[in-house]
Amino acid sequence: MKTEITLDGKKIQAQIGKPLIDVASDHGVYIPSLCYMRGKPCLGTCRVCSVRVNGHVMASCTVPVYEGMEVEVDAPDLVDMRKALVEFLFVEGNHNCPSCEKSGRCELQAVGYETGMMVSRFPYRFPVRTRDHASKYIWLERDRCIFCQRCVEFIRDEETGQKIFSIDKRSTHSSIEIDVKLADKMTPKQVKRAADICPVGCIIDKDLGFNKPIGERKYEIKSIKERILKGKTNE
Amino acid sequence: MKEKIQNIVEQYQSDKTRLMDILWDIHNQYGYISDEAVNQLSDALNMSPPDIRETSSFYHFFHAQPAGKHQIYLSDTVIAKMSNYDEVHTALEKETGCTFGTIDESGTFGLYHTNCIGLSDQEPAMMVDKVVFTNLTTEKIEDIISALKEGKSAEEIANPNQHPHTEVSYIDAMVSTNIQNKGSVFFKKERNYRVILSKCLSSIPEEVIETVLDSNIRGRGGAGFPTGLKWRLCREAEGEEKYVICNADEGEPGTFKDRVLLTRSPKDVLLGMIVCAHAIDSSVGIIYLRAEYWYLKAYLEKQIQEFHDEGLLGKDILGRKDFHFDIRIQMGAGAYVCGDETALIESCEGKRGTPRLKPPYPIQEGYLGQPTSVNNVETFAAVSRIVEKGGAWYKAMGTEASSGTRLLSVSGDCSYPGIYEIEWGMMLNEVLRLVGAKDAKAIQISGPSGECVSALKDGEREFCYSDLSCNGSLMIFNQSRDMLGVVKHFMEFFVDESCGICIPCRAGNVDLLHKVERVIDGKACQQDLDEIVSWGTLVKSTSRCGLGATSPNPILTTLNKFPEIYKKKLVVPKGPLLPSFDMDAALTGHKNAYKILMKEEAE
Repeated sequence: MKTEITLDGKKIQAQIGKPLIDVASDHGVYIPSLCYMRGKPCLGTCRVCSVRVNGHVMASCTVPVYEGMEVEVDAPDLVDMRKALVEFLFVEGNHNCPSCEKSGRCELQAVGYETGMMVSRFPYRFPVRTRDHASKYIWLERDRCIFCQRCVEFIRDEETGQKIFSIDKRSTHSSIEIDVKLADKMTPKQVKRAADICPVGCIIDKDLGFNKPIGERKYEIKSIKERILKGKTNE
Repeated sequence: MKEKIQNIVEQYQSDKTRLMDILWDIHNQYGYISDEAVNQLSDALNMSPPDIRETSSFYHFFHAQPAGKHQIYLSDTVIAKMSNYDEVHTALEKETGCTFGTIDESGTFGLYHTNCIGLSDQEPAMMVDKVVFTNLTTEKIEDIISALKEGKSAEEIANPNQHPHTEVSYIDAMVSTNIQNKGSVFFKKERNYRVILSKCLSSIPEEVIETVLDSNIRGRGGAGFPTGLKWRLCREAEGEEKYVICNADEGEPGTFKDRVLLTRSPKDVLLGMIVCAHAIDSSVGIIYLRAEYWYLKAYLEKQIQEFHDEGLLGKDILGRKDFHFDIRIQMGAGAYVCGDETALIESCEGKRGTPRLKPPYPIQEGYLGQPTSVNNVETFAAVSRIVEKGGAWYKAMGTEASSGTRLLSVSGDCSYPGIYEIEWGMMLNEVLRLVGAKDAKAIQISGPSGECVSALKDGEREFCYSDLSCNGSLMIFNQSRDMLGVVKHFMEFFVDESCGICIPCRAGNVDLLHKVERVIDGKACQQDLDEIVSWGTLVKSTSRCGLGATSPNPILTTLNKFPEIYKKKLVVPKGPLLPSFDMDAALTGHKNAYKILMKEEAE
């Protein structure tokens, strides 16, 4: 069933219950996100898709459309909030784009450009995080993890359904962990998928490395905004 | 070991939703949860080892390494720091021979900090193994530690007269309840629960819900959602089973009313749960009890058993063939965020205490995906009186919009810390007079997540949902207290207790803490204060749950009420650099690197 909602002052028809972020995208309004994947259960971890719904700031991936919604996306304070959240993600880990295998196909980098981030307003933390290369096919570069939880929720052992990736500890002590035994059972296709859905260069396919020259990389050919607005998933 | 763990798992039918209980049983047996144990659980529960650690490592009472034969947790609260916390801290390290966060060489003692353990009216306090010691002094620490060294158990020391665990005298041997006044609703003696329940069950569920709605009672956990409405929605929601959960994860620093209710009036709470079960049509109830209250567990289990024996719980309650209801206790394991109802449900299901996304709400999809009513201990106790005396009786108390009474846990600078039952609508001044707070400067309402108010400016404000909607915690600070130190402590609390799933709360609280430290160090300028407001607003607006939505409050509310404590610490920048920028420190890194490189070159 459809209802009329207001999106940045414009009245649009939207299906009740559909995630607001998708509805916005279908109407040409790009809302950046780093954890949400269209068609997949919502994770609500990065908060980068924050908008204002009837006066309250909410992550638009978590909000199903309902009657009488008034949504603001492009208000200056919201634009700045989304940018600030991306800045938080940059300073919390260690993100050195020029030396990263994921550069050019990294969602964090792409969203950084889309939100107009130049330098972070927050102090850089330069945390010391160990990397894990014990598994045969995957290089876990923890410096770059943003705790989106995509790998935790969407990559499971095909035989047992067990988690291959998990979060250890809580708060600022959190770290992404990999079960090496299960990771070594992953098919090449599954490894590729894990590396692809990682929005940063944390899960790296050991066989891949730098496979595309600068200028021909994913988001250089077509921006993340264009991809999302065309309904293409961010995989 | 293999067989023991096998037995534990079998006791829970290899049900991974009971992982919290399984982990506790292992921890209680071995003192920590080893990799070997995790590997064995992994096979038995069909979960990968890191997945099991995902849960266990979330809770700070679960250790992955040997953590000492006696695990000592000193309650790290601002209230304790106002009495002799420092000397107790020193004495503990001296007597045990280890520093905080470590175990001694012999593995006898493990010393740890922990956030508020619900004893703010008798600080300093500590947990040792599963018991607590209060009003600590250096002498007490010397006695306790030397008795432990002699081979006595913590429990023998805390309970020298050997009261049975199931009796209230056991709890009274350890802690005081400090009920300071008599109100109309709580702590009534000699209630005839059978008669009250019998009368309640003679009404159809809709009528019971109507009575609760008539009373206008709102949830006592802090959010203030109307209880009757929650029950009605839960009743109307479709589900194969429905669940009643009592939130006894009283983690807000400064609160201890639920501990006192569970000690003095446990059957009020149980009765409230049974009434809820009747109202929403549930047959399973859970009390989520924080691990800090382990010493209440056996006593509560006995209360449950007594209700069973009297036919008030179990099958065919009071002879009614269609009403079965049972209650189990789920122990928490040290995580403030589990006070959030959806995090609490996750924990009950054996997972990390990560707050869920809403919708769906627990009344739609709660515990095990079924409609669930999560209510506070105090709410259940109040409801047990509402069904006895009627909705109108309750509504006549308090104010039009905030009916009834509420319990306050009062601590800090006052003559009579403890539990007070006040009618909603009472003014702050009146409460301060009642508790003997003569020289109050600041009052922290609702704990760190609440609001810091000024005794001078806010004395005429009222306790009610539209003004001071207090969750029960009331901490009083006099003129001599270092309020910036209090703010810093509260921010450390939030940094520690953030679950870490969303970025604004995980990262933002750290930056806010650093800003407060900068102010305290005398290195902040006006720009820092402006950024505190802007970053604090960001964290509040964009965080996933109530923790992040309130964590900047200690700074923002003190900045509002006591701007002078910040302003007098500010400095004016000289030149283009911020006063917090340390030029020497910044250049040392380069100097050091240069030295190392030159040395390598020379070699």
